[in-house]
Amino acid sequence: MNYSELGLKVGIEIHQQLDTKHKLFCRCPTKLMELEESNFEFFRYLRLKRSELGEEDRAAKEEVERSKKFLYKFYPTTCLVEADEEPPSELNREALEIAVQIAKMLNMELVDEVHVMRKIVIDGSNTTGFQRTALVAFDGYVEVDGRKIGIATLCLEEEACRKIEERNGVVVYSLDRLGIPLVEIGTKPDIDSPELAKKVAWKIGMILRSTGKVKRGLGTIRQDVNISIAEGARVEIKGVQSLEILDKVVEYEVLRQVNLLKIRDELRKRKAEVVEEIFDVSEIFKDTKSKILRKAKKVKAILLKNFGGIVGREIQPGRRLGTEFADIAKTFGLGGIFHTDELPAYGIGEEEVKKLKEFVGAGENDAVVIAAGDEERVNRALRRIIERAKYCLIGVPEETRKANEDGTTSYLRPLPGAARMYPETDVPPVEIRDIEVEIPELIEERAERYVREYSLPKDLAMVIADSEFYDLFEEFAKKIGATTAAKVLHIIPSELKKEGFKVEKLSKEDFRKVLELIAEKKIAKEGAEEALKMLCEEDLSKEEIAERIGKAENLEEYIRKVIEERKDFVLERGMGAFKPLMGVVMKEFRGKVDGKIVAEKLKSELERFLSG
Amino acid sequence: MLGKRVKIKAKGRIFEGIVMPSFTDKLVLKLDNGYNVGFRDYEILEVYEEEFKSPLPPKVEWKEELPNVKVISTGGTIASKVDYRTGAVTSQFSAEEIVSDIPELAEICKIDATLLYNILSENMKPENWIELAREVYKSLKKDYEGVIVTHGTDTMHYSSAALSFMLSTPKPVVFVGAQRSSDRPSSDAAMNMICAAHAALSDLGEVVVVMHGTTSDDFCYIHRGVKVRKNHTSRRDAFQSVNYPPLGKVIYPDGKIEWLAERFRRGERELKLKDKLEKKVVLIKFFPGLSPEILDFYYDKGYRGFVIEGTGLGHVSTDWVETIKRIAEDSLVVMTSQCLWGRVCDRVYDTGRYLLQAGVIEGEDMLPEVALVKVMWLLGNYSLEEAKELVKKNLVGEINESLQFY
Repeated sequence: MNYSELGLKVGIEIHQQLDTKHKLFCRCPTKLMELEESNFEFFRYLRLKRSELGEEDRAAKEEVERSKKFLYKFYPTTCLVEADEEPPSELNREALEIAVQIAKMLNMELVDEVHVMRKIVIDGSNTTGFQRTALVAFDGYVEVDGRKIGIATLCLEEEACRKIEERNGVVVYSLDRLGIPLVEIGTKPDIDSPELAKKVAWKIGMILRSTGKVKRGLGTIRQDVNISIAEGARVEIKGVQSLEILDKVVEYEVLRQVNLLKIRDELRKRKAEVVEEIFDVSEIFKDTKSKILRKAKKVKAILLKNFGGIVGREIQPGRRLGTEFADIAKTFGLGGIFHTDELPAYGIGEEEVKKLKEFVGAGENDAVVIAAGDEERVNRALRRIIERAKYCLIGVPEETRKANEDGTTSYLRPLPGAARMYPETDVPPVEIRDIEVEIPELIEERAERYVREYSLPKDLAMVIADSEFYDLFEEFAKKIGATTAAKVLHIIPSELKKEGFKVEKLSKEDFRKVLELIAEKKIAKEGAEEALKMLCEEDLSKEEIAERIGKAENLEEYIRKVIEERKDFVLERGMGAFKPLMGVVMKEFRGKVDGKIVAEKLKSELERFLSG
Repeated sequence: MLGKRVKIKAKGRIFEGIVMPSFTDKLVLKLDNGYNVGFRDYEILEVYEEEFKSPLPPKVEWKEELPNVKVISTGGTIASKVDYRTGAVTSQFSAEEIVSDIPELAEICKIDATLLYNILSENMKPENWIELAREVYKSLKKDYEGVIVTHGTDTMHYSSAALSFMLSTPKPVVFVGAQRSSDRPSSDAAMNMICAAHAALSDLGEVVVVMHGTTSDDFCYIHRGVKVRKNHTSRRDAFQSVNYPPLGKVIYPDGKIEWLAERFRRGERELKLKDKLEKKVVLIKFFPGLSPEILDFYYDKGYRGFVIEGTGLGHVSTDWVETIKRIAEDSLVVMTSQCLWGRVCDRVYDTGRYLLQAGVIEGEDMLPEVALVKVMWLLGNYSLEEAKELVKKNLVGEINESLQFY
């Protein structure tokens, strides 16, 4: 696709959890818990608040209409603040300092006074019904491929609850994640290709990790992408978990917008139209073979004139216009929809389709969409689908979508209004003055230094520099050699991981033990693998590891014994016995003693024996 | 400039936004992205004149067949609006405004609303209780099924106790408030208000407080006005009945009421108002080392009503006995306990017996705050001798003859 011709504009929003001691507005640890550790639960409903002019935020309103009950899991590591039962504490200073540091690394300008705001969020992921957020810095840039990509804003905000499950209109949330500090970094829409989007996201992520003060691991960093093409619309895609698919998400979204525009043109040509009525067609499906329809309290339908064949048309790989309608139904708590472009199927017979079409007065070129469930939900969902179908004649709707694992996207909610924020009066403003921050060495620069100073291969240098144990590497590279240190810290662990060892259990302290044992010559560097394997399984002290792997002291004795036992062979072969004997000794000492040392010792013992 | 849209130069860049209130020397601007930020050094380039549209009054379609309920607002905000642009939170007082925020109410009753005054509950004074009692009395005479009083939570139990003594009511008088400000989507205001409306229509003839029963949005308790206390600084279920079970609970959202304890029924008592209060009454919390001079201080200022929040079964240091003996000659001295739970009994220990001899009257199982209000009311309406008699007598459910395991 020719992106510049299409007028592609991409902006990225990166949400990164900070690795602070406490949460942003209370003194709880920033620690995730197992669900079984929950010791209390409670439930709430949220209500929509109108603005001064009696206006309701569209996105918020739609969420409220889905009217759900929210169940919250409480833990020994959470408090009344997360439960919205106690006012928030003052803004966490440690988090603010990290935010300021990141802002400086992104060449941003700081505000003089930080004001915490409440951003209305009614999906239940915040117990208060809003997310606390504050603008800390603005107007910076990152350099990527020699281009300056603008950074519009940096905000410090609280992480939302972790969603556990959704069943029968009840959403279960875990409170452990709520309140973990996040920085939200938004670029300007300066990005004009999928590849560049990926590179910019990578670069910002690298800068964030360079601080050494951000959380790592699954779910600790999330990317939202704003995408638009010239004739399309701004679409916000939430929750791109992996950088790997970021370019694909952009590509697929462009594809979707292009296809929606093609559909628009065709519908206009066909003079298509959406009938505003919702038809009750429950009677038709009273004895249907489709279990879903038979069991539903109500089955209702809407009529899309001259939409025939288009509802079933693919707009993204594996996703049709009908899928977009189904997404809407799902957000209203229904299983999905059926439409005549895909029927008869799913237990719905030809006769039923005929009756359905007759009932709503559908012609040959028309499409009928049906939804089933309790009446209120079906009505609300179909009303919203009518609205969506009408928009097919206008173009691409502005909306918030969710990234799927394959790079496609699903409808989430309308785009939130710009003005749904009001001040968090419980938290006093904070003046930013006298916050002195150090600008750390970038991971990228560090990697270049490793190549230069330690002659590490480029890829390996990058991995080590990006690892949270890079400081261990620097400390021990001098003592035991860069290659050995890199082996212990990266190469061996990644091999062990492939073999199924629980490498992620290894702490910094574990690595330190192994590196020190090698440096102190208590185990050979070949013993590192064995030592790491043990530490994956259980907690061991340095002494215990050395004990188990065995000391190198018996080596000479063992060699003498081997030579003694094979006296005739050695006398017969002379120094030619070295190789076979090496095999024998190594069989015993592999992993415990460095092969080079074994060779040296064996050689000198052989010489002594032969000469004496 | 407040509320005006301005263009400024700061940090070498141009910003536009609306000027917000600031409590420091900074200029606080609401930017177009919704965020407020503060600037230290700035130059104002332009001030825009902008028209603000005034809010449209929402319309409500009342269901004629539903009963009438009176809502009297005392400044406790049950419903408020947020202007997301300026961030201002304003209170609502008209029936239409209340219902536009809590539409469920229009399915329960027809509402008539009065804004009596608009003060923070911590600033409430006995004068306000009198004014409120008179207003409720006026409403009770009319064709309302019940009266709801919206009130700040800090002193709500004082007000409910005051009205319990001042008003003999044949209908429900329901106090309600919110622990979370009603401008937030998670506020308890709406559910409390809906439950209050159900309670106001119920078979009840006394002054009660209706608030969340737990931290969940599952039900509200109906607490007797003289047996309730705010026992937590911030939780939704801060209000608890002490020394008597809650009268009932209102299940949310369906509004079903489960009665849990004996109560005054609708129509059981005649409507009467006795609205005098003696303001010179003091509640003193005793603590180890507190000098009895505190009693002299108030006595010399003309106070003749003393409620002491003593220790345990109802004690103060024996150092106090002489002073108490002196002032009790022409004052009412009532002993309550800082334990809150349980009955005062000054006949078990020597100290208690000395106090009784000195003229102290046991406050039975009354909460200290309730005893305070009761003494104000007794001294306002009866002679000292009569008041001394009535302190230990149960008048409106403030004293239980027998305590049980609640």
